[in-house]
Amino acid sequence: MSKKMSGASSLVQSLESAGVDVMFGIPGGAILPAYDPIFDSSIRHILVRHEQGAGHAATGYAQVTGRVGVCIATSGPGATNLVTPLADAAMDSVPLVAITGQVPSAAIGTDAFQEADIRGITMPFTKHNYLITDPKDIPRAIAEAFHIAGSGRPGPVLVDIAKDALQKETDFVYPSQLSLPGYHPQIEPTSQSIKDAAALIAQSAKPVFYVGGGVIKANASKELLQLAELVGAPVVTTLMALGSFPDSHPQHFGMPGMHGTVGAVTALQKADLLITLGARFDDRVTGKLSTFAVHAKVIHADIDPAEIGKNRFADVPVVGDLKHTIAALIPAVKAEFAKGRADLAPWLASMNKLRATYPLGYDTPQDGSLSPQYVIERISALTGPEAIYVAGVGQHQMWAAQFVKYENPRTWLNSGGLGTMGYAVPAAMGAKVGAPDKIVWAIDGDGCFQMTNQELVTCALNNIPIKVAIINNESLGMVRQWQTLFYEGRYSNTNLESKRVPDFVKLADAMGCVGLTCDRPEDVDAIIKQANSINDQPVVVDFRVFRDAMVWPMVAAGTSNDDIKIAREMAPDWDSQEL
Amino acid sequence: MSTHTLSVLVENSPGVLARVAGLFSRRAYNIDSLAVGPTENPDISRMTIVINVESHSLEQVIRQLDKLVNVIHIAELKLDDSVQAELLLVKISATSKNRFDVDAVLETYGATIVDEDSESLTVEATGDAAKISDLLNALERFGIRELAQSGLVAIERGSGSLADRTLSTQSIPTADSGQADYQN
Repeated sequence: MSKKMSGASSLVQSLESAGVDVMFGIPGGAILPAYDPIFDSSIRHILVRHEQGAGHAATGYAQVTGRVGVCIATSGPGATNLVTPLADAAMDSVPLVAITGQVPSAAIGTDAFQEADIRGITMPFTKHNYLITDPKDIPRAIAEAFHIAGSGRPGPVLVDIAKDALQKETDFVYPSQLSLPGYHPQIEPTSQSIKDAAALIAQSAKPVFYVGGGVIKANASKELLQLAELVGAPVVTTLMALGSFPDSHPQHFGMPGMHGTVGAVTALQKADLLITLGARFDDRVTGKLSTFAVHAKVIHADIDPAEIGKNRFADVPVVGDLKHTIAALIPAVKAEFAKGRADLAPWLASMNKLRATYPLGYDTPQDGSLSPQYVIERISALTGPEAIYVAGVGQHQMWAAQFVKYENPRTWLNSGGLGTMGYAVPAAMGAKVGAPDKIVWAIDGDGCFQMTNQELVTCALNNIPIKVAIINNESLGMVRQWQTLFYEGRYSNTNLESKRVPDFVKLADAMGCVGLTCDRPEDVDAIIKQANSINDQPVVVDFRVFRDAMVWPMVAAGTSNDDIKIAREMAPDWDSQEL
Repeated sequence: MSTHTLSVLVENSPGVLARVAGLFSRRAYNIDSLAVGPTENPDISRMTIVINVESHSLEQVIRQLDKLVNVIHIAELKLDDSVQAELLLVKISATSKNRFDVDAVLETYGATIVDEDSESLTVEATGDAAKISDLLNALERFGIRELAQSGLVAIERGSGSLADRTLSTQSIPTADSGQADYQN
């Protein structure tokens, strides 16, 4: 049965039919017709303060719930402000649908007021996108957008709708079937690939699980735990995979990569087999690619066939949904083990020894000032692994990755691929909307915070009580660290002076939040507890920390993982290790 | 580096060429030639793309192309298993003095005259890259005033058709793609 209505109503009913319960956005001229039926809709619309905030909030919501996040904006600048969050979502495989208004179809191409070719602009970093000029196409485009965004390797889809298509009358029919002849993600892995993978696992004497964000996207943590325990190999979880495997598990070796643990980085380097699950051999993990894990064969399981062999040759490619893939691997590996398997004992002994010799750590500042790592460690200890932690980008992000203890999937959100400063506050807002019963801590830098903090107004007005820890080292800290290490301490334009201006407590107060400040180690616990006890307002804590703290370990960009440093000029003592 | 001919079936919808061209540009793949045209099915266009890559990145090119939602099917057409042709239109200086020689060359290559005036002839020829190149060499001595050349188009030899084998119009129930909460 079709119903007569405006294109705008058809859009809103399509969104309802797709199961949308919340969206983040800002109205404007071209999208205005849609905001009239939104006024009456069951969908909760959260009015943000900047479209970038809408996009990251939709991402935060999607990362926490596993559902498709939705953001909406007007044409021109509204749409271009979504560009960064869309690129961010593409890099981190986040299911997102962005709706944008476009100038009326007759004006397209005339450089009309607030016209931007957002479909053209976003082609490189959307999974797919649409420009709709006929209202009858709206329901199908929306249905397809949700299907494409949420299935296969998730990603952002943009639907740009001309204003006249929203205004014209149309027949609303939500399609019950979709036909996408060019889109058919492979869900089930081939049985041959599973067999080959299992055989390699049984032969390997030095296997490592190299686990990426795909495991979280596939909701495959339980399966991973079973497979990992069955095999008994060390597990490393990338920046995007933290929480997919419990930090507390004895097989967990931490995060690999540029700021990974010595244990995780070395396990990959020395392995004879990488069991790669939903990871993509990113340059931050591999270091100089030609020197990465040179002795290892590679099993590469991913839902995206284009990831196979992109950076590293895969001896056994396994294309499929990881939940299915890992579930299929468990009996296949058991069957192989029944025939016999290599002895892992020497490998595990040497890796465990290495891990014990080089745990994560940090120096307490000599001047009695606050250590940023300590602050983050205490937030984790006092808030616990059920909470959700959201970081911006930079030193604080790496410390949050290293020093928060993650036990559960979808409790760690960050901008891994694009490295978007300013991600934390709006993403935390979206996360809190998606998981209102959980404590959500944004662990942010003073630089990042100043890019997007206006969304705290949105939080204050919409009862979204997130907590923000500003790790205030009054610097663009990671850039400053590189200047320390690679530019002879010439601190060009990294001094933000944010212990002087702005006054973060007053700023928080002005935005309807509780503002707290902390600059002594002995006050840290009390302040965190105070922040955790406030649940009716957002809280901002200005942790004024030691400026010269650095992130270690570190593999300098473009160098080999074998050259990992545990502190400045200090490499692990390889000679004392039997590897 | 080696040259490969890809036959790419795409949905005949706006923006498809931009998507494909953009993909090649942003992933730094080199296109030697690109030809787009209709197929026997009005909903589907065929792009014939000639690329110059290492074999490793040919696989990447195909997989990345395949990720575009509007791309329905990609096949590599090997020289031995396909018929390949380019279209050449070339304007040469030709007067009554050299006309006899020109006609002899055109006859050799099966080229035809499609326009002429007192000073020039416009010649049309089709064929594979080698034939077109040889023809141009042979015509050079008369003086080439202008030329236009199409990208290569190609089709598989034999009775099979790419579209027959690949166009499963399997439909997806939208109920499966809604907002189900995740189960971990």
